[in-house]
Amino acid sequence: MSNRKLNLKDKYRLLTRDLEWEYSYRDYEEIFKQESFEGIKITDWSKWEDPFRLTMDSYWKYQAEKEKKLYAIFDAFAQNNGQQNVTDARYVNAIKLFLTGVSPLEYQAYNGFAHVGRQFGGVGARVACQMQSLDELRHVQTQIHAMSHYNKHFDGFQEFPHMHDRVWYLSVPKSFFDDARSAGPFEFMVAIGFSFEYVLTNLLFVPFMSGAAYNGDMATVTFGFSAQSDEARHMTLGLEIIKFMLEQHEDNVPIVQRWINKWLWRGYRVLTLVAMMMDYMLPNKVMSWQESFEVYFEEAATSLFKDLARYGIEMPAYAATAIEEKEHLSHQAWSIFYNYGHAAAFHTWMPTDQEMDWLSEKYPNTFDKYYRPRYEKWREMEEAGERYYNPTLPMLCQTCQIPMGFTDMENPTLTSYRQSEYDGERYNFCSDGCKDIFDHEPEKYVQSWLPVHQIYQGNCGGAEMEDVLGEYYRINLGVDNLDFHGSPDEERWNAWHNLQPAEDKLKEAS
Amino acid sequence: MPENVFIALQNTPEAQPIIEAIVADNDNAVVNESPGMVKIDCPKRLVLRRETVEEKLGQEFNLQDIHLTLISLSGNIDEDEDEFVLHWDF
Repeated sequence: MSNRKLNLKDKYRLLTRDLEWEYSYRDYEEIFKQESFEGIKITDWSKWEDPFRLTMDSYWKYQAEKEKKLYAIFDAFAQNNGQQNVTDARYVNAIKLFLTGVSPLEYQAYNGFAHVGRQFGGVGARVACQMQSLDELRHVQTQIHAMSHYNKHFDGFQEFPHMHDRVWYLSVPKSFFDDARSAGPFEFMVAIGFSFEYVLTNLLFVPFMSGAAYNGDMATVTFGFSAQSDEARHMTLGLEIIKFMLEQHEDNVPIVQRWINKWLWRGYRVLTLVAMMMDYMLPNKVMSWQESFEVYFEEAATSLFKDLARYGIEMPAYAATAIEEKEHLSHQAWSIFYNYGHAAAFHTWMPTDQEMDWLSEKYPNTFDKYYRPRYEKWREMEEAGERYYNPTLPMLCQTCQIPMGFTDMENPTLTSYRQSEYDGERYNFCSDGCKDIFDHEPEKYVQSWLPVHQIYQGNCGGAEMEDVLGEYYRINLGVDNLDFHGSPDEERWNAWHNLQPAEDKLKEAS
Repeated sequence: MPENVFIALQNTPEAQPIIEAIVADNDNAVVNESPGMVKIDCPKRLVLRRETVEEKLGQEFNLQDIHLTLISLSGNIDEDEDEFVLHWDF
């Protein structure tokens, strides 16, 4: 008898066949309760194909190998005091934002995929969701592990899960995932598997991680690319589920299109944080947000939607708005954080002259015209000892929960402002995208936990700023927050490198 | 170009034979290097052949080992023991 090795297709077929059985004493609908209520019609789960055809044995083998490599690098980074070799201590603030804003999403994704994997009648989809769920758990663990080293040397890392659940700007990524996880299983797959993983995460994990590499952060680039190597599989699952739904029944097309419109806009708004990380928080620049957006969204999404056109799927609504905003997004986001630098668990700062020149060069149509004058004014105030902090609380968009700081692309000095009325109450939005999402499901979005409303209602620790920021958010006031210049982070960094503090330089200059 | 598929790989020694094989087998492939990574764009279709990697590497290669260096990709995927193909069908 020949000891023939099974080929990939056979192995995968055997895996998925052998995991399924006939349901003899319970109804299918009773077992897979959530499979039909969203209106998605599945006629034949056996048509599901996973192009990677990864079986469990290979999965464990590759994941184990990735982990071994990763932890060897974490050890090397820690042993060699890698924290001293990043370009600049300002850079570490991007990592603080990553740990508080992004890593908890990995945990949410782990929960989400474990849940939806259970809801699908098809084994191929269940196996893929199970692998992705395990991947996501790996991601959150490796990220916490990598950043635990920074926690020993920099402020602002210590309360990340607590902060994720409470702090105003972290409600943006948190509510995005809460929204996806409280949707049905197919919508979750479009939201996270397709829109976020396939279309948007490249913007987070590819140019930003390359930026980490360029800023001497060996630990972050390694967990980033290690996570992203799983992401390639997740992206494939995301594309597969879309094609599968579209091929199963024509009635699925309009439902899927509406979800694509909604979730690409929701995800894009979350990536506002990444835009500012790229343009403002990486001292050594790899590419601008605009350039990344052109490569990983405009170019990649255009081909993707051309490919999906055969199913009747169109370019997502509001993609045009996202494209128009690319020359403004990062500057508007950084301005919001500079305004509220006292209420953030990381440091903010005004770009140096050299950095402003880079921004002028990368954003010739917008930076000098709209943003440089504002920054120069703020810098002037800082030099006069009156660093600007906004003492009021901002109005938030009901859907994306971002402060209403985006402007109208037809008139970029005018705040973009939309409103809807529901059940006698008025609701405010930053964009048509966010307003339309609300208008379609107002019962869901009237329940949004908006940080500013909650503060005013007295649900966030008290009436004083210190009660909210210190007690309720657990920001270590005067340490984790405020401007980078004058921070303990800066002081330690300067001591490691025998550098002169910026304040002294300012004094000497004036 | 909007009709490109792409593959992004970590810029490690292990990825070199894979990158070389892609360049050898795809006339229109364009290699873009960034810190820590290499992104290869190719109009409509990009193929990675096991045999070519083995020639460059000088030993046997399992195509699924690409999971150890892969960062990202775009396009529809077809994979078997001998070829890993990314393609758009429009």
